[in-house]
Amino acid sequence: MEILISIVVGLLFTVGTYLILSRNITRIIIGTGILSHGVHLLLLTMGGLKKGAAPLLGQEAASYTDPLPQALILTAIVISFGVTSFFLVLAYRTYKAHGTDDMEKLRGIDHD
Amino acid sequence: MNHLIIAPLLIPLLIGIILLFIRNSIRVQKVLSIFSIIAMVIATFILLLSVLENGVQTYELGGWRPPFGIVLVADSLAVLLVLFTGLVALACFLFSVRGLDKDRKAYFFYPLLQFLITGVVGAFLTGDLFNLFVFFEVLLMSSYALIVLGGEKVQLQESLKYVLVNVISSALFVTAVAFLYSITGTLNMADLSQRVAEIEQPAIVTVIALLFLIVFGMKAAIFPLYFWLPGSYSAPPPVVSALFAGLLTKVGIYAIIRVFTIIFYHHPEITHQILGGLAAITMIAGVIGAVAYQNLHKILVYNVVAGVGYIIFGLSSFNEPGLFGGIFYLLHDMLIKAALFLLIGAIIVITKTTSMSKASGLMKQYPILGWSFLAAALSLAGVPPFSGFFGKLMLIQGGIIAEQYWTVAILLLSSLLVLYSVMRVFFLVILGEENIPPLEKRGNVKGLVYPSLILLGLSFIMGMGAEWLYPFVADATTTLLNPDIYIEAVLKE
Repeated sequence: MEILISIVVGLLFTVGTYLILSRNITRIIIGTGILSHGVHLLLLTMGGLKKGAAPLLGQEAASYTDPLPQALILTAIVISFGVTSFFLVLAYRTYKAHGTDDMEKLRGIDHD
Repeated sequence: MNHLIIAPLLIPLLIGIILLFIRNSIRVQKVLSIFSIIAMVIATFILLLSVLENGVQTYELGGWRPPFGIVLVADSLAVLLVLFTGLVALACFLFSVRGLDKDRKAYFFYPLLQFLITGVVGAFLTGDLFNLFVFFEVLLMSSYALIVLGGEKVQLQESLKYVLVNVISSALFVTAVAFLYSITGTLNMADLSQRVAEIEQPAIVTVIALLFLIVFGMKAAIFPLYFWLPGSYSAPPPVVSALFAGLLTKVGIYAIIRVFTIIFYHHPEITHQILGGLAAITMIAGVIGAVAYQNLHKILVYNVVAGVGYIIFGLSSFNEPGLFGGIFYLLHDMLIKAALFLLIGAIIVITKTTSMSKASGLMKQYPILGWSFLAAALSLAGVPPFSGFFGKLMLIQGGIIAEQYWTVAILLLSSLLVLYSVMRVFFLVILGEENIPPLEKRGNVKGLVYPSLILLGLSFIMGMGAEWLYPFVADATTTLLNPDIYIEAVLKE
């Protein structure tokens, strides 16, 4: 099971990288979204995908799944939510100010 | 448990939250901010004395024993860095009182400053890898908002790239944490260190160590990963650039030092060799940029890159004088880079241009500004009475003991070029024929010079009183070279 998920994570990383290397800001942001999905899935996989009850003591099971990666993922998800929403608004404001969403046209600062 | 450890973290956090509610009265915001920063500096100073007296101290959050809970660790290195963070923040705050426009102040500059301090201090004090990630995000989020605050075209364009680069490096950080967790099953740094020592750092752990180097190198701007820095540090107003140059890259450097001395120190022939090579190329890349540009911001920004190279070189030589020099230089660099950015900010307010060739002859009308720029330039290059000298001397000694003669030669040569790049500014802009805009067109520079004078004074004290600072830095070096001290203090069994 871990091998299958690892391949999926690899695919997500590939797609994310490809999209981040494109010129359009929206595609880049979609790329970061996919990249963070891949990272969160990786975190879950690396904790081990052994069979066990959900980490609730009320279940009174013989074994539970590892609760720590789940807490880490929850933290990472809200952080990437915050950053992504900021990034989206930033892209919107940049589009309003510069009139373009092409990264190639947003290059360079005017210097002497 | 020493409750003082959490004070430098809690004070800016609480004050920052309070400041959010009093957006309309900027005066109250200023009073509370200065109160917060001074209280933090005093608390840290008392903490520093007690760390020197009683050794490494820990604070177990929620009363959970490590490695199960999160622990804050106050060793000399972390507390020294927190203290200097406070001093840099103090100077930047004083500059912002007059050097920042009303709109930026009204739109949450001061709370963002407090949250930035919270993130930086937390990253220095934490003893847990994932908690380090969270504090990185706290400081990055505040820095995103600070870099774009004001919403000028160039700010928007550059912060887009800054945010993208940091989103990617954060994703890599979580990846690295996931890999390390799958091998060791723990996140506490002291516990990680023990477990990595037990399995004697197999090749896969070294790979993870290099992944951490990529992650932290992106924040610290070491050689192939510094491409984002020149643009993003020249876009925001000078006080924000000064904060960034003084604090943000230093957090990345601290994380590299911490990770490669406490956890991944078993195969220095791989990891520290790579660090040494990267440090040398970083120095070269930094000085090439510093010499190449005519733009005042760019010159300083590339000097930041060169400074990162020096400190990483201290870590790569991995012996007592080298690490001592690296830490001393790190502390000096925080003060001087902030001071230089603030001075350049004042110069730009007067001349209304960032180009070196368009204005000259400031010395006649602004002698204090001129002389303090000279002092900062000499200190940056490492001329004896100032603080830059002692750190570089120890770096060279450490490099010679580690037999890295080539890198030492590069370090000396690059110091010369650093001196050239800033003296060029001094001769062309400050000295020379008077050619500045007429008085009525010039910005008001009142109150913009003395914050950097404070930093320069501290740098001078650091240089003259190196003996006084010696026991603190020596204690930090001892802890770094003997991870057992750190582990015993955290896990105490």
